[in-house]
Amino acid sequence: MKSGSNLEKVLAAGHFSVTAECGPPRGADPDVVRRKAALVKGNVDACNVTDNQTSVVRMSSTAGCMLIKEEGIEPLLQMVVRDRNRIALQSDILGASALGIRNILCLSGDHQKFGDDPQAKNVFDIDSMQLIHMVRTMRDEGVFPSGNKLDGAPQFFIGCAVNPFADPFEIRVPRLKMKIEAGADFVQTQCIYNMDKFKTYLDLAKKEGLHDKVKILAGVTPLKSAGMAKFMKKMVAGMDIPDAVIKRIADEPKERQAAKGIEMCIEQIQELKGMEGIAGIHVMAIEWEEKLSEIIGGAGLLPRPLVE
Amino acid sequence: MITGTPKPIEEILQMLEPYDTIILAGCYGCVTVCRVGGEKEVEILASTIRLAREASGRKIAIREVCLERQCDPEYIETMRPYVEDYQAVLSIACGAGIQFLAEKYMLTPLLPGINTGFLGVTERQGEWAERCQGCGDCVLHLTGGICPVTRCAKSLFHGPCGGSSKGICEVGKDVPCGWQMIIDRLKSLNQMDNYSKLKPYKGWNTSRDGGPRRIVREDMI
Repeated sequence: MKSGSNLEKVLAAGHFSVTAECGPPRGADPDVVRRKAALVKGNVDACNVTDNQTSVVRMSSTAGCMLIKEEGIEPLLQMVVRDRNRIALQSDILGASALGIRNILCLSGDHQKFGDDPQAKNVFDIDSMQLIHMVRTMRDEGVFPSGNKLDGAPQFFIGCAVNPFADPFEIRVPRLKMKIEAGADFVQTQCIYNMDKFKTYLDLAKKEGLHDKVKILAGVTPLKSAGMAKFMKKMVAGMDIPDAVIKRIADEPKERQAAKGIEMCIEQIQELKGMEGIAGIHVMAIEWEEKLSEIIGGAGLLPRPLVE
Repeated sequence: MITGTPKPIEEILQMLEPYDTIILAGCYGCVTVCRVGGEKEVEILASTIRLAREASGRKIAIREVCLERQCDPEYIETMRPYVEDYQAVLSIACGAGIQFLAEKYMLTPLLPGINTGFLGVTERQGEWAERCQGCGDCVLHLTGGICPVTRCAKSLFHGPCGGSSKGICEVGKDVPCGWQMIIDRLKSLNQMDNYSKLKPYKGWNTSRDGGPRRIVREDMI
């Protein structure tokens, strides 16, 4: 065991893992997190807590992780390199480990121009690839990247993200390979809607044997409506939603679209579960945590295994 | 070259409010090439200021000069005989030139007439684009001659991020993805091996982060 995290144990035991995500609130009220936690609890092996996603200021990811941890959910700390230099990153890595957080997802972070502080100075001292390397170096070698010895190494199950739908497609698998070399233990993908393209990506990754070196957790986001699908397709860079998917939900009357979105998400999870090389599912039910149990249960993934 | 854009005339007039006699100093260097601070721009700006001040009922005397370069001491010295005859100097050179004037003429207030931009190129007439951040540790030989620090909005060393779509960066539809360009170029040079190598963390100490920088060439002193 590299970290002893529940997620790591579940995957090591050969179970199909389930993770979800929880976006911290735009305020200091801990009850918002606790309410979300109640909807997540029992449905996942670990829950991501996002780090100022889309550059919109929110409660810190570490604080969110601790709040859900207190509610009995294993946290997965998202950490972006947009807002912290290497000094702050190392410090936060140590702090999070000291607080008992055992999973980390290393990200670059959306550009600040998308948030409410577009005039902010970005950092990008190191990139997400190097953040993976930093956590791995600290965990496995017991030293800071500077070479100085650590007084207690942090313990993390190290994750990274990939977007198989961004361009250029040809470097997407080589880039995953680099992330594995840098130290990634698991990978969570961008929301998958274009299953054909994802299969092509996965086949290329398997050809390189990457599925044996890293746990691939496939990302899904249930669509609430045809409007949401169209908005995401248009506004989110690197989001690939085929017209056929949009048509399927748009063909439903408005009041039936949310239920259809959930049905489609469940179908997709079942299909992904049957694919060789997919070790788990990552359900990003954006501000729709109350549907997690229906989706995950509907896909036959409940109850979650208890692993020692 | 170092590029720049003129400050709004309202801002300039506000800066000039306390003064009735000024020197307006241009520069024949970069700012002449990018047509923001050369002899011609001195002439135009001086006329504009004079007209505006006349209209407001308070005339201003402007001595128009254009130095060979405001970043070299010998050219700055040419102003010494008359600089103290004026209440202020409005410079439309880059920030380096303006500061160099300021430190040579300690008793004269220096006012910036342009906003200094970036190290860039003229892509076409009237359009300039950034190419270099002067980070002090060039890696262009590894990245197909395209700078990841400058051309990637996140200065990634292992790009592109998930926000690259059809060659365009997530920050704007007119911003090409720097890493798409790097990859296209590495492919055409048959150098994709460079792509798949993990790069060490960049040392920003050679960049601005190490504090104000200085180059000393012993062989030239």
